[in-house]
Parts: sequence; structure tokens; C-alpha cells
Amino acid sequence: MENLAMGNYGVYVWSCFGLTLAVVIFSDWRARLRHKRVYRDIEVRIKALEERQ
Amino acid sequence: MNESIAQQPGIFSGLWATARRDLLLAWKRPGDVLNPLFFFAMVCTLFPLAVGPSAAQLEFSGPGVLWVAALLATLLSLNSLFLGDFEDGSLDQLLVSPQPLPVLALGKTLAHWLTSGLPLVLVSPILAMTYRMPWSVVPVMMLTLVLGTISLSLLGSIGAALTVGLHRGTALLSLLILPLAMPVLLLGANTVSLAAGNDIYSTGIWALGAYAIASLSLAPYATAAALRISNE
Amino acid sequence: MWKFFHQLASPPHFYRLAAVFSPWFALPGIALIAYGVYAGLFLAPMDYQQGDAFRIIYVHVPSAYLSLMAYMIMAISGGIGLIWRIKLSHAVAAAAAPLGAAFTFVALVTGSIWGRPMWGTWWEWGDPRLTSELILLFLYFGYMALRSAIDDTAKADKASAVLALVGVVNVVIVHFSVEWWSSLHQGQTLLKKGGPAMDPGMLYPLLAMILGFTFLFGSLLLRRVRTEVLFRERRTRWVREMVLSPEGS
Repeated sequence: MENLAMGNYGVYVWSCFGLTLAVVIFSDWRARLRHKRVYRDIEVRIKALEERQ
Repeated sequence: MNESIAQQPGIFSGLWATARRDLLLAWKRPGDVLNPLFFFAMVCTLFPLAVGPSAAQLEFSGPGVLWVAALLATLLSLNSLFLGDFEDGSLDQLLVSPQPLPVLALGKTLAHWLTSGLPLVLVSPILAMTYRMPWSVVPVMMLTLVLGTISLSLLGSIGAALTVGLHRGTALLSLLILPLAMPVLLLGANTVSLAAGNDIYSTGIWALGAYAIASLSLAPYATAAALRISNE
Repeated sequence: MWKFFHQLASPPHFYRLAAVFSPWFALPGIALIAYGVYAGLFLAPMDYQQGDAFRIIYVHVPSAYLSLMAYMIMAISGGIGLIWRIKLSHAVAAAAAPLGAAFTFVALVTGSIWGRPMWGTWWEWGDPRLTSELILLFLYFGYMALRSAIDDTAKADKASAVLALVGVVNVVIVHFSVEWWSSLHQGQTLLKKGGPAMDPGMLYPLLAMILGFTFLFGSLLLRRVRTEVLFRERRTRWVREMVLSPEGS
């Protein structure tokens, strides 16, 4: 089993991997969030237009 | 037959016409030319105030400071490249003119360089002296500034065309132009530093020249495209 | 075959197909990255010069590669949209920008963190790649700022396409000029990525990471383009019918 401390460089290596993972997850989350929001806004507006007719 | 051919406007007549117009306008509003020059001088004054007037430091940082100041002053002057025309409707006239738009854009850029880049070059020896630049280096510096400001005017015209009439266009213009201007700054300042250190600096001059020629051939088209897009 | 591409450019078809294809990008991407992380962190031998710190390469290089690839995608699809007036192309460019900027940021920060044990400093102006990458970040910000400053979508598309194309030339020039500049001033402190020749044990995880990240980027981009298309087409009939019919997003 490899030494997780990475020979004293552990802080640097793990923070880099952690940051990358965080940015990827954040990008994915933001993309999904934006999609949901856009879809919901469109849905609300279209349904409101439907109601009036 | 020969007469009618002789009377056709040549392809570059639009260039001289727009350049002359802008030069006349600048002549009537000398502030437009002088303000960036004063800005240039002031920025050069700021550095010794901020980091101290030690002679060695001044001489060392001279090329860089002069170049940064020239870049910032050029940015300042680029704002108004198309703004006046946009506001009074002349820009629309340029757009519908039968002359090719890249040529007209080049004419405006030429006038811009003559009223901002060239004055900077002419004033630079005075400021270089305050930075204790050796007299042998000053011509090199002026040459780099000539070539560099030509590139900056050309690249800057693209940015000015993209941002004309936009809200907060000024800040946006700087943000767009600065990355494009960084290679010019690098080349210019470092060529002067090399000359000051008695190193071979010709690479830098060739590179700056190449950059200027490339900008001259390509920028007018990009500027014309940008003008059409911003004003449709 | 051409019919497929033709259909792809049509927004409703793209919208549907993108949802179908997205997992085909995401899953291989994640699998490759999982292998790459494991192999890179635990299986690859230690570098004789940099010790275990070199392992940062497994996230730094893919991010830097993506930051450039995203810019190329942005510029090329902007150019295609400008020349052939394909709306979808502009949507791709708009969607690629924030992703590219994010990976540029990661490349910069991981590069800086890598620099700390190597050079003893958090930032090294003399490294040509870091400086070029920083300028790339400014290019992305300029692009996004220009887009948001122009209200009309079509105009914003065209203006930013021009900007991106001008910037592409600049990316190449910046890289060479910064390299020249740093060779004037530093020379020694250029970061050598992993040493003179890469041991296969070090190389394979890196290739896997680069490929995996590319797939992952593809799936992220597909999702964003899909949303972008939905937003741009929000007033069309196909969107209206899709929203009203009893199916989901």
C-alpha cells in the first residue's frame, strides 16, 4: 500500500487532485442546475400562455 | 474613355480621405491628442514615486516602464477611435460607402497612429532621459515604439470596433486588447533591455516588424467585420 | 451519413441526440480517469528529480490541454457559425467558454501548487507555460465579457466569434513570445514535465487521463450546448410542444 503522504509532498498532490475533482463536479452541477432553471422558466411561461387561451 | 478611368476614385482614395478627416478633427481638438500624452508622462512619473528614485533601479526598469506607459496611453486613446463617428452618424456613412470598408478602417487607424502613436514616440526620448537611458539605446527604444504602436493601433481598432457603443465599452476594450497587446509589450520592452545590456537585439526588431506587417495585412479586415457586426 | 450531420444541426434533433450521446462520453471518461488516477497516484514509479510531487502532472497536463482545446473549439465553431451561419455552432462556442475558463483556472492553480515545492515560490513569471496560460484566462474573460455586454444574441455571437478568431492567432504568438522572453531571463527554472524521457509506467496513466478528461469534457459540453439550444429556441414551436407533452427535460 502506497504511502499516502507521498513523501512529504502529500499536501500539494492531494490538493491538486482535490481541486480538479471539485471543479469537475462543480461544472457538472452548475450545468445541470442551469438546465433545470431554463427548462422550468420556459415551462412556466408556456403553461401560463396556455391557461389564457 | 481615358478621362472617365482617370476620374474613378482609386482604391486608396478612401483611405486618405478618412485619414485626412480624422486628422483635421484632431487638429481642432488638440486635447484628444494631448491627453494620452500627458497620461504617458504621468505614468512614467508614478513608478519612481512608488518604488523610489534609485538610479540603478530606474535604469533597469526604464524600458519596461516606458513601454507599459505607452501601452496604457494607447489604450486610452483607442476609446475614441470610432466613438465620435458612432455618435454623430458618420459611422453609418462609412458603412454604406462604396469604398471597401477595410480601407476606410485602415485610414482611421492611420490617423489614430499619427495622433497617438507618433507623438508618443517623439516624446519618449525626454522621458527616457529621466530614466537615465543611455543615448545609444534611445533610438532602439524609439524604433520599438514605432513598430509597436503601429501594431497596437491596428489591433486596438479591432477591439474598438467590437465595443463601439457598448455600455461600459471602455473597460471592456481594455480587457479585450490587453491579451492581444502582451506579445508586443514583451517584444518591445525586452528588445530595449537587450540593447541596454549591449546584447544582440535584432531578433526583437525583426519580430516587432513582422508583427506590425501581419497586423497591417489582417487587422483592417477584422476591424471591418467587427464594425459591420456592431452596427447592423 | 450526411443526413445525420444535417439533422444534427437542427436544434430539436440535436436536443434529443445530445441527451442520448452524453452517457457515451461521460462513462468512458470517468472510467479512464479512474484508471488514470489510481495508476498515476499509486502505480507509477517515483520521479528521480521531483519525487512524488510530479504526480500533479496527472491533473495539470490534462487541464492545460483542455484549456487549449476548448479555446480551439470556441474559435472554430464561432468561425463556422460566422461563415456558414449555423446557429448550433454559435451555441457550441458559447457553451465551451465557461468550461474552457474553468480548466484554465485549474491548470493555473495546479501549476502554481506544483511550482511551490519545485521552485520554492507560488508563482514563477519565468515559466512560459504558466504566463501563457494566464493570458489565455484573460482571453476567456474578455470573450465572456463581450458576450454578456451585447444584448442581442445574434450580434453577440458574431462579435465574440470575431474576437475568438483574432485570439486564436494570438494564442500561438503569445506562447512563442513568452518562451523567448523567459529564455532571456531565466533559463534554468523551466519546469521539465516528468524528466527527460517518460517511463511507460508514468506515461500510460497520463495518456489515460488526457483521453478521459477529453471524453468528460465532451459530455459536459454536450450538456451545456443542450441547455444553450433550449434557451435560444425557447420561443419556437418545437420547444412549446415538447414542454407541453407529458415528458421531461
